[in-house]
Amino acid sequence: MASFLLSRLLSALLVVVGVVCLVFLLIHLVPGDPVEIMLGESAQSADREALRVALGLDQPLLIQLGNYFESLVRFDLGSSLHSRRPIVDILAERLPATLELAAVSLLFALIIALPLGVMAATHRGGAADYGAMGFSLLGISIPNFWLGPILILVFSLWLGWTPVSGREGGASFILPAITLGTSLAAILARMVRSSLLEVLGEDYVRTARAKGLTERTVIWGHALRNAWLPVITLLGLQLGALLGGAVITETVFSWPGIGSLMVESIQQRDYPVVQACVLLISLAYVLVNTLTDLVYAWIDPRIRLGASNW
Amino acid sequence: MTTLLPPIVLLLWALAALLAPLLPLQPDQIDLQQILAGPAAEHWLGSDDLGRPIFDRLLMGARTSFSVAVGVVVISAAAGSLLGAFAAYAGGLIDLLLIRTIDIFLAFPGILLAIALAGVMGPGMDNVIIALSLVGWVGYARLARAQVLSLKHRDHVSAAIALGAGRVRVVLRHLLPLISSPLIVEATFGVAAMVIAEAGLSFLGLGVQPPEASWGSMIRDGARYMLVAPHMVLAPGIAVLLVVLAVNLLGDRLRDYLDSQLAVTTARKSW
Repeated sequence: MASFLLSRLLSALLVVVGVVCLVFLLIHLVPGDPVEIMLGESAQSADREALRVALGLDQPLLIQLGNYFESLVRFDLGSSLHSRRPIVDILAERLPATLELAAVSLLFALIIALPLGVMAATHRGGAADYGAMGFSLLGISIPNFWLGPILILVFSLWLGWTPVSGREGGASFILPAITLGTSLAAILARMVRSSLLEVLGEDYVRTARAKGLTERTVIWGHALRNAWLPVITLLGLQLGALLGGAVITETVFSWPGIGSLMVESIQQRDYPVVQACVLLISLAYVLVNTLTDLVYAWIDPRIRLGASNW
Repeated sequence: MTTLLPPIVLLLWALAALLAPLLPLQPDQIDLQQILAGPAAEHWLGSDDLGRPIFDRLLMGARTSFSVAVGVVVISAAAGSLLGAFAAYAGGLIDLLLIRTIDIFLAFPGILLAIALAGVMGPGMDNVIIALSLVGWVGYARLARAQVLSLKHRDHVSAAIALGAGRVRVVLRHLLPLISSPLIVEATFGVAAMVIAEAGLSFLGLGVQPPEASWGSMIRDGARYMLVAPHMVLAPGIAVLLVVLAVNLLGDRLRDYLDSQLAVTTARKSW
């Protein structure tokens, strides 16, 4: 286990270093002179030079990268060009909204996906299966930047049940969470169905049935426990889609999180904040996936043995 | 219905994309009398906030969506497959380098990196295609690499090497054709993902710029007038949904078909 832990952490560290390098290079992809684009054409040349020095853009690339790493270690991300406030403070202000939305969406996805997947697997080939998989296909195909406005139209404008946008009170979570969670629910439902179908033919399920257990206990108590493992992996991987999708969903609902901060900063050409948002979301994703792998290996010893000879 | 729907929708999409410039459309015609007008005989999908006919803009949007989706999938599938296949065949340091690079790119969740790239490079169709291709090649590279790793020690490869085939020839003629099935399935689903991604970037204002039409920017404009003119959001949204649904259905069917082909050939071999 110790060697697995070490190798997994080492490769996560490599990825983190790579991610930081790539995010650092983002600002150099700005066509032309990033300073000119950030300040606009009317800026005084003294101001431009001041910003250039402040961002360290007057130094050689490798030195800039070194400085970037050094300030990251001190949790210093510089300050926003727009509001002049430290970026770390802005992120800390916005992070809770995104985390809450992601958590509620995840919960929503699980609540929908589990019964749907189980129903489809236990009624394989029947109407319930087709219905569930049809819903799943629709959920994968529906873009969140359209689902969001449609939900607002129906539930906020026509029925008046939920707030149109913003983050005040529990009711304001409903529409954003559905918007963000639907595609995850669809993908998870497919996965629950297929992994449950795989284990339903196993001997231990037959034994459980032969013991006279109710079908409910057989499915939820015995079969689903083993069907969980691939679902957990997928959940870790799909969390990325959830975090990426949050950028659009937060914009639709004016949700004050990291995603809408990123879009606002792109519009304001506040590139240091854009970099910080990308960095934060990606590092969170790497962290979650590394943890998923470790938890998985802890639960299932087969993984550890298989991975030691990488 | 589900058997005919995908090909019909996709055919209409492709036809709209290819023929839109030739049709007598007026997607940029501002008509102040028609502002936010609902569906009517003359403009049967209604008009937008500048009085432009939504149907005409929908067809031009089909062209944007088709060009970007097909462009990105062709570029990223070709680049990714070649990189993955050659690196896996070469092995050693090159393969290690590729797998590390893939890991780093996969650490950026979903569409996030594309949004950041498009945001930093500035809007426009070219930059959208570049941003999505920079993100998209990874999936194909990973798939091609895994497939080649499992095939490169097969007898027919050794035979080709013994007959004097070079690295390039072995990969292009003896390995890539064998791994084309999963790559084609991946590319099909890739088209659906890119249609959503292009519309998503345009929704955020990072795609094609006005007055050019994109389904994503049409939804974004319409969202502001939802109470008075819901048709502005409904029409482009249903277009995206239908195309993505059709591509996904086709992808599922293609995968089942290719899987069964594979099953047949392996069954024959085992006789």
